[in-house]
Amino acid sequence: MTHIAKITRRTFMVGSAMAGTSLLVGCSLGDLLGMGAHTELGAFGPFIKIAQDGTVTVMSKHLEMGQGNHAGLAAIAAEEMDADWSTVKVEQAPANAKYYSNTLMGIQGTGGSTAIANSWMQLRKAGAGARAMFVLAAAQIWSLPASEITVKDGIVSHPSGKKAGFAELLPVAAKIAPPADPVLKNPSQFNLIGTDRVRRKDSTAKSTGTARFTQDVQMQDMLVAIVAHAPLFGATVKSFDATEARKLPGVVDVIQISTGVAVVAGDTYTAKKGRDALKVIWDDTKAEKRGSDQILADYKQIAAGNAGALKIQPFDVRGDAAAALGSDPLTFAFDFPYLAHAAMEPMNCVAQVDGHSCKLTFGSQVQTLDQINAAKIVLTLPGAVEIETVFAGGSFGRRANPTSDYAMEAVEVAKKIGRGRPVKLVWTREDDMTGGRYRPLTHHALAIRTDTDGYPAAWRHRIVTQSIQKGVPGAPSFDGSTVEGVRESPYLKATPIVDAQVYMPELPVTVLWWRSVGATHTAMVMEHTIDQLARKSGKDPVDYRRAMYAKAGDSAARHLGVLNLAVEKSGYGQPLEAGWARGVAVHECFGTVVAQIAEVGMVDGEPRVRRVTAAVDCGTAIAPSQIAAQMEGAVCYGLSAALFGEVTLKDGKVQTTNFDTYRVLRINEAPHVDTFILPSTNPPSGIGEPGTPLIAPAVANALLVLTGKPTSRLPFVKA
Amino acid sequence: MAIALDINGKTVSVNAVPDTPLLWVLRDELQMTGTKYGCGIARCGACTVHADGHAIRSCQAPVSSLAGAKIVTIEGLGGAHPLQAAWVKADVPQCGYCQSGQIMSAAALLAATPKPTDKDIDDAMSGNICRCGTYQRIRAAIKDAAGLSG
Repeated sequence: MTHIAKITRRTFMVGSAMAGTSLLVGCSLGDLLGMGAHTELGAFGPFIKIAQDGTVTVMSKHLEMGQGNHAGLAAIAAEEMDADWSTVKVEQAPANAKYYSNTLMGIQGTGGSTAIANSWMQLRKAGAGARAMFVLAAAQIWSLPASEITVKDGIVSHPSGKKAGFAELLPVAAKIAPPADPVLKNPSQFNLIGTDRVRRKDSTAKSTGTARFTQDVQMQDMLVAIVAHAPLFGATVKSFDATEARKLPGVVDVIQISTGVAVVAGDTYTAKKGRDALKVIWDDTKAEKRGSDQILADYKQIAAGNAGALKIQPFDVRGDAAAALGSDPLTFAFDFPYLAHAAMEPMNCVAQVDGHSCKLTFGSQVQTLDQINAAKIVLTLPGAVEIETVFAGGSFGRRANPTSDYAMEAVEVAKKIGRGRPVKLVWTREDDMTGGRYRPLTHHALAIRTDTDGYPAAWRHRIVTQSIQKGVPGAPSFDGSTVEGVRESPYLKATPIVDAQVYMPELPVTVLWWRSVGATHTAMVMEHTIDQLARKSGKDPVDYRRAMYAKAGDSAARHLGVLNLAVEKSGYGQPLEAGWARGVAVHECFGTVVAQIAEVGMVDGEPRVRRVTAAVDCGTAIAPSQIAAQMEGAVCYGLSAALFGEVTLKDGKVQTTNFDTYRVLRINEAPHVDTFILPSTNPPSGIGEPGTPLIAPAVANALLVLTGKPTSRLPFVKA
Repeated sequence: MAIALDINGKTVSVNAVPDTPLLWVLRDELQMTGTKYGCGIARCGACTVHADGHAIRSCQAPVSSLAGAKIVTIEGLGGAHPLQAAWVKADVPQCGYCQSGQIMSAAALLAATPKPTDKDIDDAMSGNICRCGTYQRIRAAIKDAAGLSG
């Protein structure tokens, strides 16, 4: 008991110093949501574990879904600790909102490119605190002043020649009270952060087939469940006949759940055969029965003001736009389709339910929401729902959703099976592609009047898109993700008269954040419009942007910085061979500003991007190699959607069901990306998403040069 | 029914319905989970293994058709294969889910074409999707493993 009390006190001291939570009534949201959890902490607090052999393990509260955050998070703590980076390990933290909440979200979760940003000070303090404990331990053992003791690569030493590793000092160091406010390094002292030594810790596991994903979880007596889902959004089960499914050897059970009918079997192939043998009658009374073409046509009507009872929501209104625009302004319109995330690993979750206790093993992206949703089904405290988070085979936002859709299917089935027997619920690729939670289908309509120099004098902007945040607990009443990228745009700031408003229609098709969220459409609209305005006024698009940034003021300084860097590195202005042209785009997303300049040509009747120069301002760069990797990946992800991405619905039914009908970028279509990082002493911002949305406008702007024709819809290649 | 398979140089007897794709025998029966399920229709390459030296999509290969074939999976590559070393050196993987399949396709390529051109790489690798977009590093790592510069 004394031992526990001591640990708790230490945890509180280190934790409160690190967490920076506001203890409004002496109890944070994380404290409340963590109730019921049993997380054993060691002497060094929630983020650092040290083994008997001195090996340092950094606990990551964030899901690793490809974005490389585990490397960056570990490096931050290792830097302040002066640990031996080559032996530092990373481990996924358990679900516990008390210790592991995202300080920018208030709950445990990964998203919005916040992993590094919200952990920056937290992990620096954790590392510095642990370092101080080893220094004090050495001072105590050697009877020498702590101020004379240094640490390098995991070796604690004194000028007298005394020297010890973390392992030797551990028994004493673990008993030292962590300093409440440890001294942090001056960034000029960093010798790991910002260097190419910061490499991924999971490359070997992921190159040998040994990395453990949800799909790979094996447990004694585990069952596999596959669900028959409604073919239309908003349809429900009316009745079903499982006779044929139950005849299959290996089928264990057939269970109706809230989203369909699950076939449970001893293995995946049998479960799928069983699912395919089900006969389900669906009640589609409340289902969406329009095609995606009709939904878009309806959105265009709404943008034109024929919105019926749907309310219009202003987000930037200054001056009398109607008067300033006059009767014949320039007009621009853009259509964007639904997009599937299509992560390589289709959605899946392993659940074990025994009475009111529940354990989930999967690539959980927002653990606290998954805990809350599971707790409602098994009737327990959210904190008592145990989650072991494993690697996710991609997500791009799909694994973070307010209803925990696929995970709760697993919980519902496991509850029925009971006795803690593990149930691995897997979605087939078709379930994943047709299962909704898409990037919303979106329409923008703009009217702009330019001044005598060709710059915007008045700007009317209408957006029609579904709200993503609607229904998310604690979400603000206005869903800013629908307008982000327009609202904060330097181009709007540089325009004196603005009338920018959004409509958020509600329909049964489910939507979600998709890598870079609002910017997936707003970056295209703003950056392609700007190029069209520049060319109409006879100005170079780079010069035009520079002028707009000057008008926008200080807030556009970083835009100018990355634009200039990309222009310098890309050879912008130097001629390319016939048939190729460059296109520019600059956009801020989640606090990081990126410029991309793409070299584009037409190959076999389709746009082909051969090279992209990316310039990035993400504040302090932690892991340059991973920043480059995220730029390379984000360009491919964004280009895949821009060229080919489109989920289509016919009479409400999704037509694009697998990679044969939902075309994605392949290696022969992937450009070479060169990444340049703008030096910065600002705190780090994110890198997982901000590189995604610029490639579409960069391509559209290059095509404007090549063909003279503007782009008014994505994807470029219509299936 | 019992079917004898030669997997990574070992003969194993599996008990599966004959039309079961090799993928599910590997994953569910043999617990060899390095080979991944991605699409089930041979369009993504995540399930790529070798059969008699050729890269095949195990999600579309009925296990009964592979009796007698020499099957090699990512587990059989050994971990020290030049491609695996190059993959680690270049930090190719992001989420990592597709990489077993990527490496198996690349290994079949190098076995047949030790010094591949960019076109050879495109032809051999365009059946393998990577949604994280690691293509640039995949290309570089293949060239590195082949002893080709840039």
